[in-house]
Amino acid sequence: MATQRIDQFAKDLRADTKAAVYDGSKKGHEKRTSVLFDHLPDANRLRVLAGEIKQHVVENLDTYLPQVEAALQANGVKVHWAATAEAANEAVLSIMRARGATKIVKAKTMVSEETELAHFLEKNGVECLETDLGEFIVQIAHDHPSHIVKPIIHKNRREIATLFEQNGLGAYNDDPETITRRARQHLRGKYLAADVGLTGANFVSAESGRLVIVTNEGNSRFCLAATKCHIAMVGIEKLLPRDRDLGLFLNLLARSATAQQLTVYTEFVSGPKAAAQPDGPEEMHVILVDNGRTTVLESDCREILRCIRCGACLNVCPVYRQASGHAYRSVYPGPVGAVLSPLLAGERFPELADLPKASSLCGACNEVCPVNIPIPDLLLRLRAKGKREKAPLAAVGSPPMGAWALLASQPTAWKAALFGGKLMNYLPTKLLPIPALRAWEAKRTLPAWRGGEFRAWLKNRPKK
Amino acid sequence: MNLAHRVLPGPDKRVQLMATCLCDAFYDDVARATVEVLEYLGCAVEFPEGQTCCGQPAFNGGDWPASRKVVRHTLQTFAGDVPVIVPSGSCAAMLFHGAPLEFEKEVDLPAVQQLADRTWELADFIVNGLGVTTWPGRFDATIALHRACHTRGTKTCDSAIALLNSIPGIKVVPVGEVEQCCGFGGTFSVSFPNISSSMGELKLEHIRAAKPDLLVSPDMSCMMHLSGLAQKEGHPIKTMHVAQVLRDALKNGKLL
Repeated sequence: MATQRIDQFAKDLRADTKAAVYDGSKKGHEKRTSVLFDHLPDANRLRVLAGEIKQHVVENLDTYLPQVEAALQANGVKVHWAATAEAANEAVLSIMRARGATKIVKAKTMVSEETELAHFLEKNGVECLETDLGEFIVQIAHDHPSHIVKPIIHKNRREIATLFEQNGLGAYNDDPETITRRARQHLRGKYLAADVGLTGANFVSAESGRLVIVTNEGNSRFCLAATKCHIAMVGIEKLLPRDRDLGLFLNLLARSATAQQLTVYTEFVSGPKAAAQPDGPEEMHVILVDNGRTTVLESDCREILRCIRCGACLNVCPVYRQASGHAYRSVYPGPVGAVLSPLLAGERFPELADLPKASSLCGACNEVCPVNIPIPDLLLRLRAKGKREKAPLAAVGSPPMGAWALLASQPTAWKAALFGGKLMNYLPTKLLPIPALRAWEAKRTLPAWRGGEFRAWLKNRPKK
Repeated sequence: MNLAHRVLPGPDKRVQLMATCLCDAFYDDVARATVEVLEYLGCAVEFPEGQTCCGQPAFNGGDWPASRKVVRHTLQTFAGDVPVIVPSGSCAAMLFHGAPLEFEKEVDLPAVQQLADRTWELADFIVNGLGVTTWPGRFDATIALHRACHTRGTKTCDSAIALLNSIPGIKVVPVGEVEQCCGFGGTFSVSFPNISSSMGELKLEHIRAAKPDLLVSPDMSCMMHLSGLAQKEGHPIKTMHVAQVLRDALKNGKLL
């Protein structure tokens, strides 16, 4: 029986990669659980509350987006709207060209992964440097991130040390501190030489137009301190209604993502440098990116737009732990990716229609989600979409259900099948031409068939 | 999961039993134990003969029209207004959560919701439907309880643990990484056989490390997967359903 692509990927995965992903995500989950529940009296209530706030934003984007645009403009920020990935990338390029800029330093932002901004800029003669350590390693390795928060969770330090050696960043040394120090030395000069700093935003307050950027390395702060122009690329779902909502969301985000009470750096950016400020960007742009989000909003899976990109669902997911992020063939891996990626793909949904199948529907993702997204329900809706639209990838390895449905709606036939199934006890099941049965028996034994026994007992037992 | 509006049993304690297709085909003693336990508690158990399956395989597979066909059959079979008791967290969740989801845009959603509101998983029903919080008899064993993922967000596991812990002779031991799935997942087990079995092996490691005499679960589907894996490896484990432990405790205490 043909197995699903993600299952095959997991089977073929190198043992050390699998171990790195498994250990990294398991530890991430365990730390998150202790930090969240040790510090907060009723963390689950907070998750539900945060989910309601974010759902409210998603349902009222038509109100909040004009509001945030006005607030940003009042702060002296130039606002750009980008319907597509291409438009977002073009916006960055045209800002740079207008300034005669050729070098950009970039903090980690998932939306720029969606638009493949770095490749686009390089192709157009712009030197684009990733400054987040993980993303920097991904960049010099010509690799792809495999986790939303920990882009190189799939790499061990020996691989990274070799990579540094190959890239002229010192002789082989796999001590993490040495690796970090070398990257830091390399990056420092680059910040100073850059013309433009690019960041994402974890949250934007619709009330004040304040951008909130969290990092642990301080690299986004360097991006903004050394350059004259700040561009923030922001997905349109990143809004929060009020500044006061940040108290809740920052508490949940850091704990869910990296098991910290608060990330090392939490920046609040309210606009370009004020006259009295000694330094900082003189010019600030916010590019509000749609790139498929309004299509998600129109779908029956709009709850996924609540996502705050913490990666907790990846860490807890038993399928992600076995398969790794690259198995999902898209920017967003794991449970959230299995919902978001096929939706963002739009017309190319069939190419990722197998992703929603990569789940035992165990519900652990929903249980840890800081915005309480009902991920299993959304996976199910997308499975129904894949079936409805006859996407071949979705069907691989799934037993056909038509005959079963017929049987299960006709009691007489059902009872006959219960008795008939007993034949299985006398036949070598390996020879039966039932692919699902073979797939089952390759890994497990099947219990004895006892169809009809319960009904017979119930009927024949002495009446009281 | 919305469990707020569930129908409580009336004074006559009439209930309908949904045995589940797995018990119908493989685990008849679990269905039998469910009847014996409910009758011990004074329930009048009806078994609607026309019952087949809850519709979950097609629902999870994305074939919602096929699943709805089966759910509609189930609606007819379980007509009435008494509680429906299911010895499976998964099939129960299909009726009170899954079915309303796939009927969202269907005209017969109210009928589906009516069935959803009176569907109970067995352990949850005993504790929260009948108000029975301790269990008599005797059962000498160290037990590991497998949570069964579809009981997340319900009171099934707390109920099962409370009942089991109250039985003289039983010791319930904790198992590592309880939140992790055993890897069954219905058709997932055959369309993702490698990941499914790797998940199962991790689960078995944790269970063996806890050194229980037997593994107990409110769902036989997980047990079918785990015991099947263990047996294939040549190191079988002993598994039981919560209902069987409750029934055997009564028998051991000469209460049945």
